[in-house]
Amino acid sequence: MALGFSLWCAAALLALGVVAVLLARNRFATTIIYSASLLLTLALLGNALIHLITNAAPETTILPLGLPWVGAHFRLDALAAAFLILVNLGAAGASFYGLGYGRHEISPSRVLPFYPVFLAGMNLVVQADDAFSFLLSWEFMSLSSWALVMAHHRVPENRHAGYVYILMASFGTLALILAFGLLAGPEGNYAFDAIRARAQTQGAWPVLMLVLIGAGSKAGLVPLHVWLPLAHPAAPSHVSALMSGVMTKVAVYAFVRILFDLSGSPDWWWGLMVLSIGGGTAVMGVLHALMEQDLKRVLAYSTIENIGIVFVGLGLAMAFQANALPDAAALAFTAALFHAFNHTLFKSLLFFGAGAVLSATGERNMEHLGGLIHRMPVTTIAVLTGCVAISALPPLNGFASEWLTFQAILLSPELPQWGLKIMVPANGALLALAAALAAACFIRLFGVSFLGRPRKPVAEQAHEVDIWSRTAMAIFAALCLLAGALPGFVIDALAPVVQAVTGSHMPAQTTIDWFSIVPIAASRSSYNGLLVLLFIALSAALTAYLVHLFASKSVRRAPPWDCGFPDPRPVTQYSAGSFSQPIRRVFGTLIFQEREQVFMPPPGDMRPARFHVELRDLVWEFLYAPISGAVSVTADRLNVLQFLTIRRYLSLVFLALVSLLLVLAIWS
Amino acid sequence: MVLIRDLAVQGVQMTLVLLLAPLLTGIVRKVKARLLRRRGPPVIQPYRDLIRLMRKEAVLAVNASWLFRAVPYLVFAATWVAAALVPTFATGLLFSWSADLIAIIALLGSARFFLALAGMDVGTSFGGIGSSREAMIASLAEPAMIMIIFVLALIAGSTQLSIIAEFMLSLAAGLRVSLGLALIALILVAIAENSRIPVDNPATHLELTMVHEAMVLEYSGRHLALIELAASLKLLLYMSLIACVFVPWGLAPMDSAWEAYALGGIAYLGKLLCGGVALAIFETSIAKMRVFRVPAFLGAALMLGLLGALLRFVSGSF
Repeated sequence: MALGFSLWCAAALLALGVVAVLLARNRFATTIIYSASLLLTLALLGNALIHLITNAAPETTILPLGLPWVGAHFRLDALAAAFLILVNLGAAGASFYGLGYGRHEISPSRVLPFYPVFLAGMNLVVQADDAFSFLLSWEFMSLSSWALVMAHHRVPENRHAGYVYILMASFGTLALILAFGLLAGPEGNYAFDAIRARAQTQGAWPVLMLVLIGAGSKAGLVPLHVWLPLAHPAAPSHVSALMSGVMTKVAVYAFVRILFDLSGSPDWWWGLMVLSIGGGTAVMGVLHALMEQDLKRVLAYSTIENIGIVFVGLGLAMAFQANALPDAAALAFTAALFHAFNHTLFKSLLFFGAGAVLSATGERNMEHLGGLIHRMPVTTIAVLTGCVAISALPPLNGFASEWLTFQAILLSPELPQWGLKIMVPANGALLALAAALAAACFIRLFGVSFLGRPRKPVAEQAHEVDIWSRTAMAIFAALCLLAGALPGFVIDALAPVVQAVTGSHMPAQTTIDWFSIVPIAASRSSYNGLLVLLFIALSAALTAYLVHLFASKSVRRAPPWDCGFPDPRPVTQYSAGSFSQPIRRVFGTLIFQEREQVFMPPPGDMRPARFHVELRDLVWEFLYAPISGAVSVTADRLNVLQFLTIRRYLSLVFLALVSLLLVLAIWS
Repeated sequence: MVLIRDLAVQGVQMTLVLLLAPLLTGIVRKVKARLLRRRGPPVIQPYRDLIRLMRKEAVLAVNASWLFRAVPYLVFAATWVAAALVPTFATGLLFSWSADLIAIIALLGSARFFLALAGMDVGTSFGGIGSSREAMIASLAEPAMIMIIFVLALIAGSTQLSIIAEFMLSLAAGLRVSLGLALIALILVAIAENSRIPVDNPATHLELTMVHEAMVLEYSGRHLALIELAASLKLLLYMSLIACVFVPWGLAPMDSAWEAYALGGIAYLGKLLCGGVALAIFETSIAKMRVFRVPAFLGAALMLGLLGALLRFVSGSF
């Protein structure tokens, strides 16, 4: 019932894509498509919510589509329902935002047809129950998002981004195809039930590697992340929000579905590997984010960081599961899912904010902005909430999920393997480092673009955005606050998922007094977001009241003090580049091989002094540049094959045939 | 009845930290002055300063936003809540379960986040320099602090500060290598977090050497008073934290008699005095370091914390 409904909705989304093509020249196309998408995703969201909260039994169905002897299997279980909620929450927000933002679109006919198809693709991936439908939906998702990235294809950067994206996406899908091939084995039954039944024993490590490449490249794990900071910002902002906030979660879903559900029990070193990749990804992502000056690229790199945090949780869950510690695995897995949920909320919110800044000023470069707090009050408050949430600061939601991850780390001395005993605290340190750097990154993002004085006239002439965009941002900001103050409700809602995946779940949280969360026992740790929020609000209000009542409340406006030498030119402010200079100097020499050159003319010389910073992307230089170099060298060498005579071609075909037959003869 | 008493104890704790914080700052200043053979201001000078600042009108820069005016209250509130949750004279306070040690440290992180934003609000170069350096220092101090929390949590089996303090009080921990490493790391972090010499100088107004003071340069009047009070509270918080974990003697356990609370209070005052004198001696005997030496200083804290945590992960006997 619920499954049938949500498949119909997904089909309607696909049909909506066709309708959008027909409506291309219609004046109201934008409104029609986004409102229809909004309604459909809300229906899907409600449907999945009901399924998860009532803890309904899994539903399956087989449609006569897809491969003739397999059919298209679909299934709605707790895990699928949880990710459906995530997908459709983000999608509904983006559609709502799109109602206002989409009107500024210069080429709507390049966005509107692909947008609903993208949503349908993500919905279908999560519900697919055989490898063929999974991969088909996965490709729907990849290709439609690629088309959205290429919406403004006249910008050369976007073309480059699209090229790198399609290359990485194809490579990732190839890895997933091979992974499913390994899982299905020689019998070749690609239905997930058959795979599950086959993989009762220890999982095979090549599957782990292939899934890490396939799902990891879509999620943005280092070193497969290179396409992400190019492609996510290139799309229109609400699509960026979807790609960062939602599509990366679909990749997390693929990872969880294959490795936790289909492939049999993990080995302990799988956990170690996933955990270490996660920790490294978190720190690399946020350090890159600190070096960027483009608002949307900062957000894209911060997505990489948050995906790293999610994978640390998943790696811990694997390690605990391999050692038969289901309760600890449940805690780590809940932390990972909770963080994925939170990231959908605040990353969508922040991309909406970046889109609002873009439509108000036409600028994405922080160095040209400033002082928007005076001109865009609602956007400012929403973005500030998002910044506090993503910096993992109490009492907002980002802190609640990071706190759970730390609690899971503190359970890991129970793990027997030495590798884990050493790597888990090391990754805990990386996680803490990433959280602290994220706070620095978002102080920088908010401080440079929203505070201070306008650096360019466009920032001075900014105006508040339309009501749809503002409402979408306000709703997501409120959700961040709610999930931060009452994390127990989210944890309890996730319990059936965690139960299905790890075989255990965290103790019920909503029955605890005052809505505290207590992951293991009250004597061990507890946190109460609601009380912390109330305490801060009350004591701030009380202080403000008493100070205004008994001390002074007079205010005088005067020029800035600035140690006696205020300079009215806005260029004298700290810029994004100068803000991150100390951090660049501390971490950059190692990670980016940073070099600074100062050219100081001798006294009397009137030329201006120059400062030059050189940062290198080592992943690109040492991994991708050699590969692309090797490919182009090989292509050059093989180029001669294009200019042979027909006789030579025929003999080549003959040789190939003989050698293949030989292989076949020897093989058997 | 029990609830009323618990509420009263929690209320006493909240008032106590607020009242003692400027006194601690005054003691440190006085001892430092005496060590430099100056007479120095009286120990109650910080109270006088706060009252005077409160009464003055607040001068705001022409382009200061609402955030600039809200931040002092937020920073003060967050620091006050955090300080009220650290056991001073008694453990097991009424609301001690609402935030564990990780959350207390993160609350201070929230306060710093807003203060750094306020530093960038007016758009002056000094505010920016302060915020940027504060962010750099925090990016190293916070992970070091998390590592220290890991060590303490693994020894006491809890991240709840009250329970850690009770565990330490029971002497079940004994002398441990990891505890020693954590203590050194915690002192390093506390010095950096409170902008003390050698990381920062709370007394300087020489522009290029300051971090915290540069950030709050545009503040005046009641706003400045609240920020100064929050800084004093933070110093008190870190001193209470070190005291309740490493010298927990005298702490009144949960549901004690009034005499135990009184004894706890006296012991706490003694600990604060010793801590203040020790800080003053340390600060006078060392020179301020360049900003880019700070990462090495905090990196040492991070590595010590990590080493302690590793030892605890590897074996329970360290």
